[in-house]
Amino acid sequence: MRTFLFGLGAWLCGLAVQAADFDYALKPRALAAGVYVIEGAVADFEPANGCNIINTGFIVTEAGVVVINTGPSKRYGEQQRAAIRRITPLPILRVLNLNLHPDYFFGNQAYADLGAYALPGTQRGQKAEGAAYENNMYRLCGDWMRDTVATPATRAVEAGHLQLGGRKLTLLHLSGHTPDDLVLLDETSGVLFAGGLAFHARVPTTPHADLPVWLQSLDQLAALPFRIVVPSHGPVAASEAPITQTRSYLRWLDATLRDAATRGLDINEVLATPIPEPYRSFAVLPTEFMRNVTHLYPRYEQKALGDPLSRD
Amino acid sequence: MRALVFSLTFILAGTAHAAPPPPDPFGSGLWPDVHAEFLGREPVVFDDRVKVVAPAFAEDPMAVPVSVDASALGAVSRVVVLVDRNPIRKVLEFFPQAARPVLAFRFKLQQGSPVRAAARTADGVWHLGGTWVDGSGGGCTLPGGTRSDGSWVRTLGQVQGRMFDHGDASRLRVRIMHPMDTGLVSGIPAFYLDELQLRDDAGTAYMRILTFEPVSENPVFSFDLGTRPAGSLHLQGRDNNGNLVAARIDQQKP
Repeated sequence: MRTFLFGLGAWLCGLAVQAADFDYALKPRALAAGVYVIEGAVADFEPANGCNIINTGFIVTEAGVVVINTGPSKRYGEQQRAAIRRITPLPILRVLNLNLHPDYFFGNQAYADLGAYALPGTQRGQKAEGAAYENNMYRLCGDWMRDTVATPATRAVEAGHLQLGGRKLTLLHLSGHTPDDLVLLDETSGVLFAGGLAFHARVPTTPHADLPVWLQSLDQLAALPFRIVVPSHGPVAASEAPITQTRSYLRWLDATLRDAATRGLDINEVLATPIPEPYRSFAVLPTEFMRNVTHLYPRYEQKALGDPLSRD
Repeated sequence: MRALVFSLTFILAGTAHAAPPPPDPFGSGLWPDVHAEFLGREPVVFDDRVKVVAPAFAEDPMAVPVSVDASALGAVSRVVVLVDRNPIRKVLEFFPQAARPVLAFRFKLQQGSPVRAAARTADGVWHLGGTWVDGSGGGCTLPGGTRSDGSWVRTLGQVQGRMFDHGDASRLRVRIMHPMDTGLVSGIPAFYLDELQLRDDAGTAYMRILTFEPVSENPVFSFDLGTRPAGSLHLQGRDNNGNLVAARIDQQKP
């Protein structure tokens, strides 16, 4: 494991982005015939990584390309499109945003001639949150964001099977990480693009999370006939590790918050909870745990405080 | 006129002679103003025994959790929570009475700032603790969720509350439904809870608290009572428009 992390560290250093020319140095990596991932840093949004912390991907069919997520900025979208072009001259058929979070769709500007697809709930969420995301991303990553304007998906996608250029793709409409989580399984290769539902070696993000629903969705994911899982954040795995890890962490988080609320703890006391061993090596600790508690604890606390009291 | 000039000279001289406050560990240029405006230029020491805990970064600038514990000082008559860089700096004043000088709640943060608690001991000295909270900001100038969706009218003044075992004493946690409008959002006047008091069936006064605009919407407070109260607790309060809060919190059935 240590060797693995060392290797990963060295690899990420090699990937180090060059701020001077704002080049993300995107390197598509083939996971199977025609299926590529472009890996982001396993870290938090930072100027040092240009806010590139997401794994995007694309599938080259005989008829053209399906793009999965467009990254954190206009620059990313443009560089992603150029990287795809270096691999295939085929046209881009579909651009998919798997959920409403900014790094899933802030590169949509580079595909404005085509228009991106997302679940209808995701489209609404992108519209509602776009301006706040712009503020936050510009604040966090500065000039990496130059000329980026939140560009929500203009086309609605539905769950179901998609036959494209000789490939059979399955789209699933799940939820829990956000109200509308799109998942894509390439039946031909068994590569599962799990979107925000599966994290790997990194603490899950929870600004729109509903833990019980998320856990149900993970059960559905685990039952799919996949061979490789591409989580949106964290290393690609040829196992179900991203699913089982995410499930284990969310169960622990749910139990921890419920127990704390029952004991009458205040948020700062919950934040002081020691993180147990299996999760202590996850990336973006303690920051992401702090966010988890901030997002989720008020619901547990309100439940523990009971019904409104009658007037005295 | 001569008398006026004389008095004026006297006042100015008096001001000039007030000892400057000790230098601020956070190096905030606003500290001398904060000291003058909220602590009446009274004697001040920076004191690690006043513990102020908050996250280093305000993930939700409209609800930043802060916990204050001044119990290491012994008897404390008053605790003031101040945020230097907020447009409204005074968040609350807490008179612990029978309760311990310990409380936790959430507040609105407008930008990264020192967050301070000043605890006054019987000798008239303010003991100051603090922490720095960074944030993307804007917490004081955004409407709260129940203001935005209009639901506040259906819940105004509702209280949820429960006593918890806390060592050999009790902790009270309460949530009071109130929009806590700061008056800094266009077209929405300041509308906030300004006083809460707590006593038990035997009439023991546990605490009084003066709350101001920066306390978060639908505030949740934790109070460490130090003892187990006799019977039920009675929370009474009021907002700046005269709406009353009145709730009874019973002991948990074993």
